[in-house]
This record gives sequence, C-alpha cells and structure tokens, in this order.
Amino acid sequence: MSGLYNYWIFVLLMMVGLYGAIAKRNLVKKLLCLSLFQTGIFIFYISTSVIQVDGVRFATPPVHLGHGHGGEAALANPLPHVLILTAIVVSVSTLAVALAIVINIKKEFGTIEADQLHSLEQDLSS
Amino acid sequence: MIAALRDDIPALIVLLPLLAALLTAMFGRGKTAWWIVALTCWSLLGLSLVLAQDVLASASGYVSYTFGPWADPVPVAGVGKVAPGIEYRVDALNAFLLVMISAIAAVVAPFARLSVRKEVPASLRHIFYAVFLLCITGLLGITITGDAFNLYVLLEISSLTTYALVAMGKNQDKRALTASYHYLILGTVGASFILIAIGYLFMVTGTLNMAEMARILSDPNLVEPGNRTVKTAFAMLVVGLGLKMALFPLHAWLPNAYTYAPTAVTALLASTATKVGVYATLRFFFTIFGPGYMLKSFANEAMLFMGCAAIVHGSLMAIQQDNVKRLLAWSSVAQIGYMAVGICLATERSLTGSLLHFFNHALVKGALFIAVGAVIYRAGSCKLDDLNGLFRRMPLTAFAIALGGLGLIGLPLTGGFVSKWFLVSAAIERKLWPVAFVILFGSVLAVVYVMRIVEPMVFGDPKAGPQVGKAPPTLILPAWVLCAGSFYCGVSGSGLRQLVEKAARQLLGGS
Repeated sequence: MSGLYNYWIFVLLMMVGLYGAIAKRNLVKKLLCLSLFQTGIFIFYISTSVIQVDGVRFATPPVHLGHGHGGEAALANPLPHVLILTAIVVSVSTLAVALAIVINIKKEFGTIEADQLHSLEQDLSS
Repeated sequence: MIAALRDDIPALIVLLPLLAALLTAMFGRGKTAWWIVALTCWSLLGLSLVLAQDVLASASGYVSYTFGPWADPVPVAGVGKVAPGIEYRVDALNAFLLVMISAIAAVVAPFARLSVRKEVPASLRHIFYAVFLLCITGLLGITITGDAFNLYVLLEISSLTTYALVAMGKNQDKRALTASYHYLILGTVGASFILIAIGYLFMVTGTLNMAEMARILSDPNLVEPGNRTVKTAFAMLVVGLGLKMALFPLHAWLPNAYTYAPTAVTALLASTATKVGVYATLRFFFTIFGPGYMLKSFANEAMLFMGCAAIVHGSLMAIQQDNVKRLLAWSSVAQIGYMAVGICLATERSLTGSLLHFFNHALVKGALFIAVGAVIYRAGSCKLDDLNGLFRRMPLTAFAIALGGLGLIGLPLTGGFVSKWFLVSAAIERKLWPVAFVILFGSVLAVVYVMRIVEPMVFGDPKAGPQVGKAPPTLILPAWVLCAGSFYCGVSGSGLRQLVEKAARQLLGGS
C-alpha cells in the first residue's frame, strides 16, 4: 500500500478542492479551490507514469530513473508528463479567464461575496 | 495540388478557424473582422460538406488522418501494439456534426454583423470575433478528433472561449458576468472529471486513441470484464459529460448563460455547444465502452430517468418565464432531455431519432434566437410584453418565431415531428410506455410555452409594444434559412437521413 500513497494524496487534494469550490462563498477562494482540485489531478497523472517493465519497449521511449532495490530498471513513461503540461496550460488559462471575470464583477457589482451578489441580482430582476 | 488539399481537409477544418482567429485579433479593426469570420465560416461549411461526401464514399466507413510520422503501431506492455500518434478519425457521426456546426456558424455569421454592432462595444469587437472563431475551432475540433486527450483540450478551448463570450454580454446586462462565472466553475469541474476519466482509461489501456481504447476494452483477455478502474472512469464520465451537456440536474449554468450572452453567441451556443457535449457522450459510451457495457450499467437507467425529468422540468420552467431568451434557454434544457432519452434507449431507431433531434433542434433554436435577436435589435429587450402585436409591426420576424415554435412542438411537416416520431416509436419498441408518454407530454408542454410567445404577437395590442420599424434583412434572412431547413428535414431530408442512419448503425457496431 505504501507505494500507492501518492494516489491517496491525489484523492485528498481533489476532494478538498471540490468541496471548497462548492462551499466557499468568496469568488476568489472558489477559484483557489478549483486550482487545488486540478492540481490533484496533475499529481494523479504524474503518478501513473511510473511503470515496472521487463524489457518491453514502450509506446513512447521511457525515462530511466535509475535502479530499484532488486536491481531491476525503474522506468517512467514520459507521455503523462507531456499530457499534464498541456493540462497545466489549460488550468492556468482557466484561472486567468476566471480572474478577469472576477475583476469585472468587482467593478460592476462592488463585491465578490456570493451571498451579496445573489441579493444584488435579486434586486435587478425584480 | 487540389487532390493533396482534399486529403488534408480534416486538418484544415481545425487550422482554418484557428489561424483566422489570430488574423482577426491582429488586423481585425473596423469592418475587416466580420469579413474574416464570414469567409472562414462559409469555407468551413464547404470543407465539411466535401468531407462528408468522402466519408459516405469511403469503403471503410471513415476517413482517417494522422499527424506526424506515427502511423505505425508500436508495442505497449500488456496490451499489444497500439498506434501512438494523434489521429483525426471522421466517420458518419463526425461528418454529420461537422456539417451541422459549420452550417450553423455559416448562418449565424451574417446575423452577427448587425447584432454584435448593437450589443458589443466597438473597442471589443475584433476581440469578440477572434474569440468567436476560437470557439468554433474548439467545437469542430472536439467533433473531428479521434484522440481522447485531444478531445479534452479542445473541449476546454471551446469552454474557455464560451465563458469569455458570455461575459461580453455585460454591456447589455451586468448579470452576464456572474452567469459566466458560474458557468466557468461548473464547466471546469465537469472538464476535470472528464480529465480524470481519461487518465483512468489511459492507465488501463495504455493508449489515448479512441479506436484503440475501444479495441482493448472490448477484449476480455486484455481487460477483465468488471474492471473497477474502467467502472470508475465510466461514472466520472457520466458526471463530467452530464455537466457539459447540461443534463438535468446538472443544468444550473445554462439558463443564465444563454439569457445574458450576446444574442449571436446564444444562437451559436444553443445550437452547437450542448450538442457537442452530447456527441462526446455518444463517442465515449458507444464507441469506447460499447453499447453492451452501457446498457448493463446503472448509469443507463439513471440517465434515462434524468432525461425524462429534464423534459418535464425544462418545459415547466420554460412556461413560467417572462424573458423570451430565458424561456428558450429552459426549452433547451428540455430538448437535451429528448437527446439523452434517445441515447439511453440505445436502439438504431432511437439513436436515429436522437441525432435527427440534434439537427432539428439546432436549426429551430438557431432560428428562434436569431429572430429574437432581431427583436432586441429593434426594441432593445425581449420581454414577452415587447412582442405585443409583433405580427403587424415586424411580420417576417414574427412569422419566423412562429414557424420555429412549431418546430419545437414537433408538428407534422417540421423536422421536430420526424425526430420525436422516431423517439416515441423506439420507446414503444422497447415497451417503455412511461418514456413514450413523457416524450408526448413534453410536446404538450411545448405547445403551452410556444403559445405564450405567439399569443402576444398575434393578439397583443401593437400600440402597447415599443414603436419600432421592421428588422433589417441581414438579421432576419438567417432565421428564415434555418426555418426552411427545419421544414426540409420534416418533408424530405433523405440525404441527411442517410447520413444519420449510417451514423446510428456505426455507433451500434455495424457498418
């Protein structure tokens, strides 16, 4: 089980992030939690890249990580790393767009607390 | 030269709007931006029609396009040889959606010129058009790609641009900003679930190519049936894709986003964005997991129930709205329900119905939002009161809204009738009487909310409404083109049905 502890961390980070993204009432805090959620997923992807192999060629050339305790080669598949670079870019862009929207919300409504925004919106529609 | 270009069409369909978006952002000041958008959208329609012909003519049933020198399979531990590169694979379903998306974009583009001039400030217009093209890039890319991770990235391109486009409605109503923010949070959570699911599937299969994934997952020697990682991936996909396609009860972002976005954006999104979510669902559930896996799972019955709930809830909410845009947005929630029901019944007839409903709803909702956009252009807003006596003030616009409404109800001669007919008969075929009843009941509810729009237009006092002139022809012609399309589907539409039936057969594993 100890070898799988990074998967536990992934699930924990993800759950904390998801909970915060839903439960927090401040729009910026929501975004921080959303980032945490996504970071959890990045850790998961990176964790999947380490695979034990016995002389089998990979779909993509593996990265050599030195030798394990038994002398067998410890290898990593670089594909998940590359995938997650792309996902990090996506996540950063999402955060940028989101913060731009939050800045505009602050300008137009004067607040970034979800409760106050909600009551301001109620006033607008009535 | 031409022949070589023809082979490269799958790549061009994504590259063309991507590069055009760059051009628009750099040189699109003044009137140039709109011309770049219009020319791009029209050439995209041409390209996807040619591609659809190639797909129908090809012996294997699909057109494949690989990027880079990665065509040859290489061995992967445990699962045999797989193709490592990114592949665009266009079968009948992709071709059908490509034609649909580019057709809607080609029709919305002429409408956008005046509508955007009214609703988006001049300093932002070239950026608006650049983002609009990027959104089309994303939507077309999702549809054309044969690579699961590629699908995620393009899904995020289309979603991110959608958030920005919705937020650009803030000059009309500042609630566009909060609508966009909520959409962003829910959309990103949905996309993250899809990302996890793709990671799980990658762990099990060692590939991201959808066709290879399908092959490996269906082979009991490589992946044991009932594999828990695969099951979890399936569950994550149900949630993630449910959020993206706004299936009840995950639809909370949709009504506000569609109401406050600039009308040209609403017309494009309502006809294409949620459909692309439904497409991704079809692709994952049928092509990758296979109809057998899906029918045996709990998610199938759950989604069937959610689809029925969406039809009833969406229609009931639509009936209570005073803002026409919001009314139509709630009706979209209901229409997604019909498509979900068609998917879950999983017979050739129901899938044909579901896909035809894709197309009809895209045409009809596009027409309705464009016509409503014409009303906004003249009257400045689109409350039900603004429609008073519209038949006398803006007869062509009012008539387009009425015809679109008939399509939503699904009266004979409109495309909506054909697709609902297929769905009802598929439900009866499977002996699911309550489902058939819900579909018919949904049509009755549609009569009620369409009547709420039509009634003030016909019987309202024209003097009570704002005193404005007729809509300019470039605003209303696109709505009429889409209405005509809806009637074409209802009356003949044999070319379309041939493509759709082939797509349904391919999804169920036939040719």
